[in-house]
Amino acid sequence: MAGGLVGCELRARQGRCGPQASRAAVRDVAAEAAARSPKPPAQSWRRLEAAGQWALLALVTLLSFATRFHRLDQPPHICWDETHFGKMGSYYINRTFFFDVHPPLGKMLIGLAGYLSGYDGTFLFQKPGDKYEHHNYMGMRGFCAFLGSWLIPFAYLTVLDLSKSLPAALLTAALLTFDTGCLTLSQYILLDPILMFFIMAAMLSMVKYNSCADRPFSAPWWFWLSLTGISLAGAIGVKFVGLFIIVHVGLNTISDLWHLFGDLSLSLVTVGKHLTARILCLIVLPLVLYVAIFAVHITVLNKSGPGDGFFSSAFQARLTGNNLHNASIPEHLAYGSVITVKNLRMAIGYLHSHRHLYPEGIGAHQQQVTTYLHKDYNNMWIIKKHNTNSDPLDPSLPVEFVRHGDIIRLEHKETSRNLHSHRHEAPLTRKHYQVTGYGINGTGDSNDFWRIEVVNRKFGNRIKVLRSRIRLIHLGTGCVLGSSGKVLPKWGWEQLEVTCTPYLKETLSSIWNVEDHINPKLPNISLEVLQPSFAEVLLESHMIMILGLRFSGTNDTDFRVYLLGNPVVWWLNLVSIALYLVLGSTIAIAMQRGVQLPMELEGQIQMLLRGGGQMLLGWMLHYFPFFLMGRILYFHHYFPAMLFSSMLTGILWDSLLRLCAWGLASSPLARGVYPMGVLSLLLVTAYSFYLFHPLAYGMVGPLAQDPESPMAGLRWLESWDF
Amino acid sequence: MLGCLKRPVMVTADVNLNLVVLTAAGLLSRLWRLTYPRAVVFDEVYYGVFISLYMKRTFFIDNSGPPFGHMLLALGGYLGGFDGNFLWNRIGEENALITQARLMLMESLLIFFNLLAVLSYLKFFNCQRHSPFSLCWWLWLMLTGVACSCAVGIKYMGIFTYFLVLGVAAVHAWQLIGDQTLTNVCVCCHLLARAVALLVIPVVLYLLFFYVHLMLLYRSGPHDQVMSSAFQASLEGGLARITQGQPLEVAFGSQVTLRNVFGKPLPCWLHSHQSTYPVIYENGRGSSHQQQVTCYPFKDVNNWWIVKDPARHPLVVSSPPRPVRHGDIVQLVHGMTTRFLNTHDVAAPLSPHSQEVSCYMDYNVSMPAQNLWRLDIVNRESDRDVWKTILSEVRFVHVNTSAILKLSGAHLPDWGFRQLEVVGEKRSRGLHESTVWTVEEHRYGNSQEQRERELELHSPTHVDISRNLSFMARFSELQWRMLTLRGEDSEHKYSSTPLEWVTLDSNIAYWLHPSTTAQIHLLGNVVIWASASLATAAHALLFLWHLLRRRRRACDLPEDAWHRWVLAGALCTGGWALNYLPFFFMEKTLFLYHYLPALTFQILLLPLVLQHISDHLCRSGLQRSLFSALVVAWYSSACHVSSTLRPLTYGDKSLSADELQALRWKDSWDILIRKY
Repeated sequence: MAGGLVGCELRARQGRCGPQASRAAVRDVAAEAAARSPKPPAQSWRRLEAAGQWALLALVTLLSFATRFHRLDQPPHICWDETHFGKMGSYYINRTFFFDVHPPLGKMLIGLAGYLSGYDGTFLFQKPGDKYEHHNYMGMRGFCAFLGSWLIPFAYLTVLDLSKSLPAALLTAALLTFDTGCLTLSQYILLDPILMFFIMAAMLSMVKYNSCADRPFSAPWWFWLSLTGISLAGAIGVKFVGLFIIVHVGLNTISDLWHLFGDLSLSLVTVGKHLTARILCLIVLPLVLYVAIFAVHITVLNKSGPGDGFFSSAFQARLTGNNLHNASIPEHLAYGSVITVKNLRMAIGYLHSHRHLYPEGIGAHQQQVTTYLHKDYNNMWIIKKHNTNSDPLDPSLPVEFVRHGDIIRLEHKETSRNLHSHRHEAPLTRKHYQVTGYGINGTGDSNDFWRIEVVNRKFGNRIKVLRSRIRLIHLGTGCVLGSSGKVLPKWGWEQLEVTCTPYLKETLSSIWNVEDHINPKLPNISLEVLQPSFAEVLLESHMIMILGLRFSGTNDTDFRVYLLGNPVVWWLNLVSIALYLVLGSTIAIAMQRGVQLPMELEGQIQMLLRGGGQMLLGWMLHYFPFFLMGRILYFHHYFPAMLFSSMLTGILWDSLLRLCAWGLASSPLARGVYPMGVLSLLLVTAYSFYLFHPLAYGMVGPLAQDPESPMAGLRWLESWDF
Repeated sequence: MLGCLKRPVMVTADVNLNLVVLTAAGLLSRLWRLTYPRAVVFDEVYYGVFISLYMKRTFFIDNSGPPFGHMLLALGGYLGGFDGNFLWNRIGEENALITQARLMLMESLLIFFNLLAVLSYLKFFNCQRHSPFSLCWWLWLMLTGVACSCAVGIKYMGIFTYFLVLGVAAVHAWQLIGDQTLTNVCVCCHLLARAVALLVIPVVLYLLFFYVHLMLLYRSGPHDQVMSSAFQASLEGGLARITQGQPLEVAFGSQVTLRNVFGKPLPCWLHSHQSTYPVIYENGRGSSHQQQVTCYPFKDVNNWWIVKDPARHPLVVSSPPRPVRHGDIVQLVHGMTTRFLNTHDVAAPLSPHSQEVSCYMDYNVSMPAQNLWRLDIVNRESDRDVWKTILSEVRFVHVNTSAILKLSGAHLPDWGFRQLEVVGEKRSRGLHESTVWTVEEHRYGNSQEQRERELELHSPTHVDISRNLSFMARFSELQWRMLTLRGEDSEHKYSSTPLEWVTLDSNIAYWLHPSTTAQIHLLGNVVIWASASLATAAHALLFLWHLLRRRRRACDLPEDAWHRWVLAGALCTGGWALNYLPFFFMEKTLFLYHYLPALTFQILLLPLVLQHISDHLCRSGLQRSLFSALVVAWYSSACHVSSTLRPLTYGDKSLSADELQALRWKDSWDILIRKY
């Protein structure tokens, strides 16, 4: 279904780009009109039509901008997720490092818009409802509204290009302009308008380059192809949801190439050229741009901030203000070193102990060992040899480095107890062993011995600060030191549980690295040399984003604004999808049975199947994957899918009405059916917007449950809450 | 498999002989010393328990899969135990598959039905060519549907094979529609027959499994608590014993216990007791200091509440009883303390965004009683529905503040005896089960005096009315619970990830002899696993190659060979992918045996690829004989590996530590070596 646009019969008619395409469409319309009405003077008629068409486009764009910018400054306080994205924009302006599950482009653009419009990044964006007061927020809102406004002209042009029918394009534009949900979403500092802008831009340029298919390697062809690539990079750079439009374009490209490959008039070399061009524009270009976005992100954010704790020690060393930045510490671990040990899994923290015992009845009644996210003296441990208790820091003794595979003892600096484990069950994870602090002044028993191993290294190597990934294996039971990530009850100060796991699976929660390192006998070296390369930083950012996707949602703000689309638009869209499925499958079955379609309908039906199919595919790709997602979903996740279904609605009703008009050809109604149908759909949409516009521009008065409220009559479903 | 793709329908004696020999070999290798070891092996623990529950007719719920597999095993056990060895032969084949890994596990059953489904579809497809609507055409078509539903009935995983068969059938049906030599009526008949056999029959059979399951298990058992009150009341014993004979319609003056529908973290009943909320909480917030209202997970006399009409004084049911309807305003009076259920604008102890719920005590501190609740029957049929015991799911909406009575799920600290917190939720977003309650125990109160009433509350309920839940209601509830019930995310020593399966990087130790080193492992034949994966890759590459060549009108394959190749790919590679890839998205604990169904499909592909290479890629006789020699070498190496690993498969031989160490071909294999 996807991208059958290169089909032979249509190609001849569709093979024009840009402004010519619209003029071509006019020519078709004009030709049809000419068939019905007495012939007007062709030349001037065409010019008039073209002018009218430009005027229409301008009108649609204007209307779109007008609706989006109307009352943009209202309400003058933080609305809903503005608290996140506005805050992140401020972080860019202040250059403080933070962590978020979405890729950086959207927030960078918001930050840029704020910066250019004179916002100084000082507003705190603490919680929804806070007044902006003197802070300049209009730049950021205006930028989002600006991008959000382009959705409608883009949709208009896409549908126009696919269907060659002005009414279909107008209907789509009306649906989107008058949808209060789409309107609301474009009016605040959110990622969604930016994301949808790139999605629609990618869709439009893909459709445009499809219609340039008869003039491959021409300038417009290259232009639209590379624009598709750029938009794809933009979409995935804003949110990972952009992946769906990439899949869409990918499927379209594959089917495109498949047709070219089957065309025996093209030599293999030409097909190869086509393939290379697409790889360049649709894979290499977006990839380069995407990496560039991250490069900018990482360069801009060079100050320590709230996101540090999520990242590894080596990563933190890049950030000014972090205590690892420009610090100089000894590079290799030696006996007698005082160290802190950090778990590699996100948000677990440092190995920690304190002068409190596990309560009675929970394993052995010994000192607690936990992990703790903040830096603290109780995170300090001393590495000692397992068999001697002599002070390794005695200046008369030579420095002895710790090597991979050594048997060591870890003594807690503040309490002088040894890291210890035994066959008692851990407090929360019953299948693991308990880890405690044991012994007096460093003298314990053989259960205090741990083998230190570096992941993927050979025996006998030294162990590096920050860079070496180490595991601690308990000698007595063979289990591995790890953190379960579960929060201990009050007796454990709500720190995280540390266990010794008998399952020797390689998971991040049982891998640690050494962060602070103090050893007076060793020379300090600057950490600059330990800084991770850009590729490593990129990889780590992605690992943590993907991990973060699983955790996010639970601590999202509790405050939600009810975002409600224009119900008339949404129901029309839903009905249209169902109708399209019925109509499409009926036609497909009829064609498979070899039914001959009437000549005059052939083109219309081809368009319905192909153009509509594109849109249906887009809708499915942007909707169904959400069923598989475990994270918390919000209503606004549906909006990209809604864009596609609106375009489908435009195409479907245009075809349906034309088919009706054809079916009624004998009756006198025939002429009126099509224009009247389109007109009434447009009017109904506009009227419903008139009814529901308070939803988008804010309403006053009591809640709608109250029969006194002016909105009471509009509360059509009990689940709505406004 | 190769046979059934290529072979004409006339089955020659030769093929039959092959079949017999293969079956015999299969049976022999699977049944060989079946009774050994005489100990419970691995997951047999679980399945064994379920089977004995079947024998006792006790209700249980297992989230690992639908009940058909369990029932089949139980049937095997039943027949086996009943008649001794006599009946083993009659259900021989099935038992062979039950114990394919020589264990009472589900995978072998699943694989059997998976293969049966695919085989019968192919048979059906062959019949389609020359004799549609013949007896054998119908037979194979029906068998496909039956096998599919059996597969799904054993494990949900079976659904993947079902989808595979449906997909292939859909493509074939589409071709059928395109066949213009057939009349419209004929096409309709074809489609109808397929719809009945592949859609209707499986659904009906699946329901039938549950029907039998529920018929067999009519006694209450260990998992009752998970189910709703109505479901529990339909089981013999347990709740039914209590609720049997309760009045159906709740009336003003009724004495009821109210169970929360959500039941998480624990199933519990609305409860109150003499203790009050502490004046000041640990975090410094204050409370109303009124009597606590909690949710208590045990039956208790303090769970009783009386439904009172605000307009009338008495706490007894008038005669005739005046039933309570949807939308009525009621007061709930705690039976033992006669205090009124109340909520007000005071933050709840643990959920400060919600209102505190208490039993009202008048301290004369300008905090008036707000104890009116509007009854909202969630599953009502009309707006004047009567509140029914067990069947009605109700919400209590507070009249003054429109807060909804809700179980927050938090455990109160010691002052609340670690019971669960109940709150008034003001901003309720949609309907959540934690705000819904059902009446579980119910009787018409008739004691005027408090003393008398306390005695009455202590005595068991009894009046005669019986009620039944329809099969479909029970089915849908059970099915829903099975799908949503989450086992603990248990980490297991032998759990593995899907990526490790292909490379056979993991094994499962099933059993270790208590004294010797004899042991049973689930461990694949390395040669076969590797060559099966290779065959899949080779098939995919060759398929792509041929596809591209054909697109450029260069046909190296005869048309029918190409179609066979595509069909084989769709069934085998598709079967493998469908049975394997979904595991990457699953959150549950995975084991190597989950890969076996996928592997079976891969192995089916192996001979096809070999045949294809020999037929179409070997151009000269010399190449062909060379290839045959390679195949023989490959086959004998597979046999060799199989016999080397034999002690770990059958566990019949005690090996020395060195021998075991020698068998540990991969570091990741976990072979148990005793330390002496």
